[in-house]
Amino acid sequence: MPIRLPLFICLVAGLVMFFQYFSNHPIARLIYQTVTNDWWQVIFAFTLIVGVVSFFKITLKKIIQKKDIFYSLLALGGLLLMPLLALYGGTEIESPFQWAFENLLAPMQATVFSLLAFFVASASFRGFRARSVPAAILLGAALLVLIGRIPLPESVAESISKLGFWIKDYPSMAARRAILIGIGLGSMTTALRVILGIERTYLSGK
Amino acid sequence: MGNLYDLSTLPTIIISLISILVVLYAYISVGAGKHFKIREIPGLKAVEEAIGRATEMGAPILYTPGWGGDIQRPTTIASLNILSTVAEKTARYDCRLIFPTHDPVIMAVAQEVVKEGYTRAGFPDRYNPNDIFYISSSQFGYAAAVDGFISRSRPASIFLLGTFEAESLILAETGNSIGAIQIAGTDSTIQLAFFIVACDYTLIGEELFAASGYLSQNQSILSSVKAQDLLKVLIAIFVIVAIIWATIDPSSTWWRY
Repeated sequence: MPIRLPLFICLVAGLVMFFQYFSNHPIARLIYQTVTNDWWQVIFAFTLIVGVVSFFKITLKKIIQKKDIFYSLLALGGLLLMPLLALYGGTEIESPFQWAFENLLAPMQATVFSLLAFFVASASFRGFRARSVPAAILLGAALLVLIGRIPLPESVAESISKLGFWIKDYPSMAARRAILIGIGLGSMTTALRVILGIERTYLSGK
Repeated sequence: MGNLYDLSTLPTIIISLISILVVLYAYISVGAGKHFKIREIPGLKAVEEAIGRATEMGAPILYTPGWGGDIQRPTTIASLNILSTVAEKTARYDCRLIFPTHDPVIMAVAQEVVKEGYTRAGFPDRYNPNDIFYISSSQFGYAAAVDGFISRSRPASIFLLGTFEAESLILAETGNSIGAIQIAGTDSTIQLAFFIVACDYTLIGEELFAASGYLSQNQSILSSVKAQDLLKVLIAIFVIVAIIWATIDPSSTWWRY
């Protein structure tokens, strides 16, 4: 019984969510809205409390143990500062909370994002070495696509650009679609395994 | 008042029902004594090697499900299925497993999955709930925190399995820079290209979803992988028929549904 009950709940929930997709009856729409909006938000809000408490405990423990103390103090300071600013001055445009968001959080996020440009360069340098025939073909295709985006004299640029788009639209797209079909089928069978109770990892595989 | 059945979804329900029947047929044939085997997947074969390396080096293992997905995504479920096997093996080898996440719901589920893995291995006392923790829901906040952790703790092995977006290459390149063995897999074709370049092993396409069956050798799960292959054959037949039809009659559109 302890194992059958969650399996039964999973089966019923899975079938209801599956069949509601094929109906535009108000009850079907209501079920969808209730599950994906209301229930989901309630679950998320409660687990967020658990998540934040876990983060607070782990960071505090690190500070007590004097491990990564600078980063831990900064993380804990940020965690406490933002809600305090929101409580103190609200979240309106001119509020201290918005100031902190725009002048601290947004630039830090932009900084991490901009690192991506350098990582793309280092990864491309490693990936585009012509060590074998397929690697050489990859290098040639990448060069054509890159050159197609560079401002060159019109007579040269047009033909290279066309070739670059052809590579993207046909050979590259064919490979992507093959992978996407595999991913789609994999997603569907994974969902079916969970709904039908074949995959029971969440029940310790019993 | 809407209709009880939305007629525009007819092709979808037909294909869905065919798929369900194929999966059920494969599942029932296991009960009839049929034995399924799938080809060797290098990325999954390397799981043992990655855990062994971390154990020998006395360094932790980092496992991230990425930032892009929540618990409703099949990719996240597939990732947690692999986590279960990884947790069981790390428990046996007494190797530290760290799982930082961006989603508190994934954190709660992962804690349960890892705990069960440790219990299955016979070492429930080795489970540390503090090693599965929530960081931030912000994409680059999460990426920066995991990057910092990789740089400071220098894990021997890194598993990047789940739904990834722009943070994929930031994490993979940082892992590469410290010389960690990296096993990656995602459902995003754009991020797959980054993983192939930066990681040692990459699970491409459906390999990520076949992983739990491959690692556990559970025949019921493997049957659904075989069902996928059968569905792929049906799709290929459909595509060939559609190509021939469209060539003979260019005005036809039935196959577009």
